[in-house]
Amino acid sequence: MPLILIALLPFLGAFLPAVMIRGGRNAAALSAGSVTMAAFVGLMLHAPAVLRGEVITFRLDWMPVLGLNANFFLDGLGLLFAGLILGIGLLIILYARFYLDRADPMGAFYTYLLLFQGAMVGIVLSDNVLLMLVFWELTSLSSFLLIGYWKHLPEGRQGARMALVVTGMGGLALIGGMLILGQIAGSYDLTVILTQKAVIQAHPLYIPALLLILLGCFTKSAQFPFHFWLPHAMAAPTPVSAYLHSATMVKAGLFLMARLWPVMAGTDAWFMIVATTGLITMVLGALIALFKDDLKALLAFSTISHLGLVTMLLGFGTEIAAVVAIFHIINHATFKAALFMTAGIIDHEAGTRDIKRLGGLRRAMPITFVIGTLAALSMAGVPFLNGFLSKEMMLEEVTKTTWAGSPVTLSIVVTVAALLSAAYSFRFVVHVFFGPERHDYPHHPHDPGPGLWLSPAFLVVLVVAIGILPAAITGGIVASAGQAVIGAAELPYYSLKIWHGFTMALLMSVVAVVGGAALLALHGWIAPLWQRAPRPEAKVIFDAVMGACVAGARRVTTGLTNGSMTRYGAVFALTALIAGLAAWLSGTSAPPVRDMRAITPVDAIGWILLVVATLAALRLHHNRLVALVLVSIVGLVVAVTFVVYSAPDLALTQALVEVVTVLLLLLALDFLPRETPREDPMPVHLRDGAIAVTVGIAAALLTYAIQVSDFAFESISAYHLENSKTLGGGYNVVNVILVDFRAFDTYGEIIVLGIAALVIYAMTESILQSRAGRRLVDRPVKLDAAAELHPLMMVVATRVMMPIMLMVGIYIFLRGHNAPGGGFIAGLVISIAFLMQYMASGFEWAAARQRVPYHGLIGAGIIIATLTGVGSWLVERPFMTTNFGYFNLPFIEEFELATAALFDLGVLLCVFGAVMLALESFARLAHRRGERASPNAMDVDPSRDIVPDLAPNLAKET
Amino acid sequence: MEALYSSAIGILTAAGIYLVLRRRTFPVILGLTFLTYAVNLFLFASGRLVRNMPPLLDETTTPTDPLPQALVLTAIVISFGMTAVIVMLALGSWLSGKDDRIDQPADDGQPREGGQS
Repeated sequence: MPLILIALLPFLGAFLPAVMIRGGRNAAALSAGSVTMAAFVGLMLHAPAVLRGEVITFRLDWMPVLGLNANFFLDGLGLLFAGLILGIGLLIILYARFYLDRADPMGAFYTYLLLFQGAMVGIVLSDNVLLMLVFWELTSLSSFLLIGYWKHLPEGRQGARMALVVTGMGGLALIGGMLILGQIAGSYDLTVILTQKAVIQAHPLYIPALLLILLGCFTKSAQFPFHFWLPHAMAAPTPVSAYLHSATMVKAGLFLMARLWPVMAGTDAWFMIVATTGLITMVLGALIALFKDDLKALLAFSTISHLGLVTMLLGFGTEIAAVVAIFHIINHATFKAALFMTAGIIDHEAGTRDIKRLGGLRRAMPITFVIGTLAALSMAGVPFLNGFLSKEMMLEEVTKTTWAGSPVTLSIVVTVAALLSAAYSFRFVVHVFFGPERHDYPHHPHDPGPGLWLSPAFLVVLVVAIGILPAAITGGIVASAGQAVIGAAELPYYSLKIWHGFTMALLMSVVAVVGGAALLALHGWIAPLWQRAPRPEAKVIFDAVMGACVAGARRVTTGLTNGSMTRYGAVFALTALIAGLAAWLSGTSAPPVRDMRAITPVDAIGWILLVVATLAALRLHHNRLVALVLVSIVGLVVAVTFVVYSAPDLALTQALVEVVTVLLLLLALDFLPRETPREDPMPVHLRDGAIAVTVGIAAALLTYAIQVSDFAFESISAYHLENSKTLGGGYNVVNVILVDFRAFDTYGEIIVLGIAALVIYAMTESILQSRAGRRLVDRPVKLDAAAELHPLMMVVATRVMMPIMLMVGIYIFLRGHNAPGGGFIAGLVISIAFLMQYMASGFEWAAARQRVPYHGLIGAGIIIATLTGVGSWLVERPFMTTNFGYFNLPFIEEFELATAALFDLGVLLCVFGAVMLALESFARLAHRRGERASPNAMDVDPSRDIVPDLAPNLAKET
Repeated sequence: MEALYSSAIGILTAAGIYLVLRRRTFPVILGLTFLTYAVNLFLFASGRLVRNMPPLLDETTTPTDPLPQALVLTAIVISFGMTAVIVMLALGSWLSGKDDRIDQPADDGQPREGGQS
């Protein structure tokens, strides 16, 4: 099975349980199980080759420009982790089926679980680090869903949020670190990065990269001081705890440290940070675990402790320690998942998991007793169980390591940690299963059905089997994964066996186990002291920090955004001014080399008109209608400017847009107040005036500076001018740029225009449906309106104009490629032709004659433009490549057909539809209740009103 | 001539900003229209001002820079769409609240105190 499929199968199958839950809980569990099984089998088919030392790869270019590719690879380490994830996943799916209550939404549970599983498998199989980061974030998100699965529990929600904050923060740091690493190595592919040890460790950015990556690993793997989220995540259902918080997700950080071990480890910084953090975590976790009364909290802190152990081993930086770390990862996953499931069974059957309320369960729950005891003894490091083996090898490495300047300190500290570990493990057995039988349980405790105990039992069989025959069962995978971690074909000497002779490690082991038993005997005496001792409460600190962050963010937000648009406008203008000033002062500008043009009379008249109209608009803007007229004068001067300075296309567009804009604003003014009240005091005017004048002067100076100097860089326009004819087949370069060179931009722009029109339509609809809309249609008809709403002269004139304007529109459209014109301009011309009919005969009359909805025209325009672009694919050219040719028809001069014209047709339809839809929406607001569409185009129709009177007379006369 | 052109852009910009800083919807819309003119003229002028050299290959041998023209052409059309949308917003708020001030009242839209757990 290709690797990508193994990683994607859980994602693809994630919807199955959500659907199959309709067929019952068994169906949901079965579907989740079969998806996992399929991925597991697919993985195992690769196992023989990987164990032989081969590396399986799968490559798929995704975004090669960014270095983001869907590359996967499978080596020993990947096989080990993927095997754990999918294998334990199967056991968890079985366990969860019987653990979850009938009231729990089981389909959603399995869906989340599969999403999480896919993300985890993705992490361990990714070759590309960017891809791995995507999966890394997905595990944070999916674990959030799983931890908060019991949405009704506040602890669940808070725990989920805390886990998300901590691991998400670490994930951000990790992204930074990985990007630096990829930059140093020159590739984002792990297989390449892993060959660059010398380059990476010599690089000045090695330490920042290391710190950031470790931040990601430590938060994910709950290392001190980020360990606090893990106990709070225990609010999740037990299957989640067993899966995420013992076997898989918290090991992701360990996995990444192991994965990058060949290039990151071995430096002093690595040893100091990683080994020390691991050591502190190990001791602290074990110490706290001993005094936790909640079974799951005990296991959570013991998990923290064991994760610290593995971190410390990886931190040693020696090859053999790395191999031991791998071995302990396997062992910890087996016994800890079994212990979590045991705790879940006790909670499920006895109704409590508080150690103080438990005891004497060995007779009531014999099967659980055996499973729990074997797993706990393995955790304690008792011989013939797998925990003993890796702990022994770990101690062996510890005795060989110098830490804090002394060869003995580390051994003593680790022995203490091992002692504490033995003590809490014994406590799990003794305080739960031994002691006098109790009868005050919430439920009557008894062994569950096999559905619940099969999964932990299977794991405990592994615990014992590995403990007795370590080399036979795990030798191959440990060797293979070890080779992958240390990045060398030659493994250092180690032996997976029970008896290594009388060594220092054995002595430490004995001290730990005996001392642990003794400590447990004293537990009842020490625990009250511990409980009374003051210690920092992580959740309180976390909540305080989060509260401060939220309050700070709120202060900033409300401080900056107080809802005053005026203020935003001022801030925006001044920011633009300062940014422009900074750019101007820090950059260099070309010398003024261009000559000034003489001022012609047209220039002078235009300038005077523009300035007078603008100033008048400022003075008179309280009278809105007058202001509108003045603004449209400015618009016309702008259009004339385009004419004078060689931009015929712009002039046409500007003049036409001016017409529709004024129409639009007139329609709006029909509803808005006619006057703007004078409400601002003088200082406000002066302040705004000062801002406006300053920005205006800056704009003028900038424009002037650009005008008198030449281009700083060579313009790309020369390319457009040269190739317009040969590549685009058109003489009008502006149009060719729009529909060919930059057609993709134009495509986006017509879509934006279409969306704007649809937004206006939707808002009109919502206004008409609202209370304001009902008020609107109920408003009285104005009595002072003109007696003749649809005058004869205007109706006749617009009717005569219509075909002429349509023909002009079509003509402008057709010639657009070679002369001023094109889809935008033609669309506007045709819109105005239709708008005139609305104005002359009224909205009702015109709307009644409208056959095609304007939405449809917008859509049709975009579809035509799209299909034109896609058409290029058929001739195996890139999206939106123009094809054109010249044709001869009899009696007509040679003409050109270009696919660009088809694209331009799309532009035309879209512009036409958008303009019409926008204005029509405004017009619909004007409609009043009870108004009937006039059946006649004009109020006074001679052929109707006069001729019928004449007709009888005429008949008489003849 | 360049001085006239630049000063016109300055005046349009100043007028636009002054009107945008008003507190009623309609002057703000007019102000945005002024700003649109100023920005379009500015972009257009980045191709430098020339007479009688339209970017039509069969009419002149030395056509002016076509690129700013293409940019401005779509900008004009898009600015129509933008104006239409903000006019609609203004209309909507006026019709539903009989209030055409653009600033949010002090007591409106404050974040609710206390989050959910």
